[in-house]
Amino acid sequence: MLEESSLQPEWLSEEVSTGTTIIAIAFEGGVVIGSDSRVSAGASVVNRVMNKLSPLHDKIYCALSGSAADAQTMAEIVNYQLDVHSIEVGEDPLVRSAATLVKNISYKYKEELSAHLIVAGWDRRAGGQVYVTLDGLLARQPFAIGGSGSSYIYGFVDAEYRQGMTKKDCQEFVVNALALAMNRDGSSGGVAYFVTIDKDGTDEKCILGNKLPTFFDE
Amino acid sequence: MSSIGTGYDLSASTFSPDGRVFQVEYAMKAVENSSTAIGIRCKDGVVFGVEKLVLSKLYEQGSNKRIFNIDRHVGMAVAGLLADARSLSEVAREEASNFRSNYGHDIPLKHLADRVAMYVHAYTLYSAVRPFGCSFILGSHDEDDGPQLYMVDPSGISYGYWGCAIGKAKQAAKTEIEKLQMKDMTCRELVKEVAKIIYIVHDEVKDKAFELELSWVGEVTKGRHELVPKDIKEEAEKYAKDSLEEEDDSDEDNM
Repeated sequence: MLEESSLQPEWLSEEVSTGTTIIAIAFEGGVVIGSDSRVSAGASVVNRVMNKLSPLHDKIYCALSGSAADAQTMAEIVNYQLDVHSIEVGEDPLVRSAATLVKNISYKYKEELSAHLIVAGWDRRAGGQVYVTLDGLLARQPFAIGGSGSSYIYGFVDAEYRQGMTKKDCQEFVVNALALAMNRDGSSGGVAYFVTIDKDGTDEKCILGNKLPTFFDE
Repeated sequence: MSSIGTGYDLSASTFSPDGRVFQVEYAMKAVENSSTAIGIRCKDGVVFGVEKLVLSKLYEQGSNKRIFNIDRHVGMAVAGLLADARSLSEVAREEASNFRSNYGHDIPLKHLADRVAMYVHAYTLYSAVRPFGCSFILGSHDEDDGPQLYMVDPSGISYGYWGCAIGKAKQAAKTEIEKLQMKDMTCRELVKEVAKIIYIVHDEVKDKAFELELSWVGEVTKGRHELVPKDIKEEAEKYAKDSLEEEDDSDEDNM
């Protein structure tokens, strides 16, 4: 293959994307939200251990996908807005408020930004909730998947999801889904992070690549 | 009424030597000149009652409202300069609407009261503007936090209440309100008591005709603030008039 005549390697001019797999699922009393850890710039893996689960507030997290810079900045801005809001209102913010703030940025700058955040958390009014904010819409769902790796697991999640799953069931569901996607998607991989949020607090876990569940052909 | 500012009362940006801002106190006097409005919080909702003095027989019935809707779940009853009150109701509506647009849900009443109180307070800081000459009572009900009632006065402070009164007969109204066991009452029971209190404090001699404006928000209205339906209002007014007659009768007996 002939070298490009530029003086810089290709990956320096490629956008850094968290080509990714992210997933969130709600159960009675909380949510589980998970992601892979690969950050790529074209074919180069720029960071193999990035935690894409960003806290927006004590019991509200968001999962980042798409352009790394756009997603991180959106999460930072909403984190700040929620801090101010929760102090003004005098209580913990609702997950719906966090999701609406993310949606407002997503929609207003939809031509400029290229990121999708899934917002999930627990609040005292409506318990565990998962919100999708793709392209500036706002929709609450029992579970949500996103990122480039999600295309490979639509069949799996549709078949495996049942109503009334327990916290443990949901954690297994998330880890299995991530493992399958990371296996097939070139832009997803590394380790699996997941966070369980309920009224008692948040519990962050990380499963190393060699400890992930294995499936066919592994 | 004989407090003379003697030069310290010309603008809201001046303190008097004894630490008072006279313009704000004068604004509160403006509220005391207006007819009475009361708000009472009960077990499952909030009821507002306003004594609307009818200055002319030519007025259309039901016009010149003193109870406003601020968003679906919040009601506001006012006393004082009505034009100031209407302008503030617009401010409150904008706050509630912006909150919903930014955060995706109903504005909590305490937050709304704080925001409007801050706005009212801002007008007590400068000589270029005058303070608002009205007080108002905000009430709402929601599933999680239950019924809530806040009152804001021209100085810009807001308090939460179980029952409060503003306007010329507020002292008499407060005495009547204190007699009630509101924490154990439902809205339906309270509507009658509110009507009765307004009839009691209305001064037949000084002010002739009046129209009663009643509204409520609570479980009975599924969280929406509405004017009390005509039949319930008539029942409440009848109860109020009958109780007043009874009291008049018992007074005669004692003689």
